[in-house]
Amino acid sequence: MKYSYYPGCTLKNKAKDLDAYARACAKVLGFELEEISEWQCCGGVYPLGSDEIATKLSSVRALNEAKEKGQDLVTLCSACHHVIKRVNDDMKNVEDIRTRANNYMGLEEPYAGETKVLHFLEVLRDKVGFDTIKEKVANPLTGKKIGAYYGCLLLRPGKILEFDNPENPKIMEDFIRAIGAEPVIYPYRNECCGGYISLKEKELAKSMCDKITESAAGFGADMLITACPLCMYNLNKSAVSDLPVYYFTELLAEALGIREEVKEEVGNK
Amino acid sequence: MNTAKKQAELIKEISGVNPLKCMKCGKCSASCPSYNEMDIKPHQFVSYVINEDIEALVNSKSLWKCLSCFACVERCPRDVKPGKLIDAARQIVERQKGGDYLSPDEIPESLDPDIPQQLLVSAFRRYRR
Repeated sequence: MKYSYYPGCTLKNKAKDLDAYARACAKVLGFELEEISEWQCCGGVYPLGSDEIATKLSSVRALNEAKEKGQDLVTLCSACHHVIKRVNDDMKNVEDIRTRANNYMGLEEPYAGETKVLHFLEVLRDKVGFDTIKEKVANPLTGKKIGAYYGCLLLRPGKILEFDNPENPKIMEDFIRAIGAEPVIYPYRNECCGGYISLKEKELAKSMCDKITESAAGFGADMLITACPLCMYNLNKSAVSDLPVYYFTELLAEALGIREEVKEEVGNK
Repeated sequence: MNTAKKQAELIKEISGVNPLKCMKCGKCSASCPSYNEMDIKPHQFVSYVINEDIEALVNSKSLWKCLSCFACVERCPRDVKPGKLIDAARQIVERQKGGDYLSPDEIPESLDPDIPQQLLVSAFRRYRR
């Protein structure tokens, strides 16, 4: 199975490893990620103003390229996923935005939200299947207690993201079980890490992350997993506990037995 | 129409929100991770728009404390979406000359070796026009 793939700015820079582990795991699991040509940055945050058009066009371009190829569009970074999925919903359901965005784009055939947007975790759950992953695990992470950190962007607003139950999600816990480890459910797993506030107010973001890591450690987690480079950055600044934070793709790679070779590859780039 | 009324209309238009649907349950403020940092709390924000007290809103530090985490949007039982109102007020400030909250000159001193590109892009999107 071949998917269009939108890596986004951070996965080409600070979060190269998030991307590299995902691509390598996709190969092992039998699907291919074909990068959108000349994709543009999603902007990091969804433009909330209902009169915002220009800030949504980079997403529309990626969505339309996937449509032209007849592929679903796969994302990995939580922010890219959030922005592209919501813009797609606008293009499908908000007539004013659809008309005005298409006026800018001047496509042969107007784009009207036809592309299906899937987060990498959704591909694992809905296309590959966690049972299949379990069978392909060469190196199960037996005995590891892992806290899933969802954050905000993958879950809310639930009606648009349609990722999982926004208040009591389980996709990452099911993923953790599939790689042979034990999920730790803790109350702060879908609370905000502070996001972009850490640029100007480091202390505020830190206090939010302290609550998250304290909560996870208190419930017995040895480590956290995330899909978001900004959550990763903010959580790593938390000083309360020394819980390591990993991208979920790195642990998937470990379970599939390819972590070291990918790590070497990324390190040499 | 006086300026405050016009601006209140503009906030409603940009946000697409009808603040009159609010039943003042306070769930938005209870959910807000920045609650302690806000001078006007999310549920109060809705009332300020209804009362057209826009001067207070555009000068409120709450505009820059909202994290766009959508907890208030998700949990509002009346679909009022306070986060969208806050963003619309922020837009009104940023769309005016000199309304930016972040200057590129501040970036070099904020940088550290681990900072993800995503943080810079998101901050620029939220803090400036």
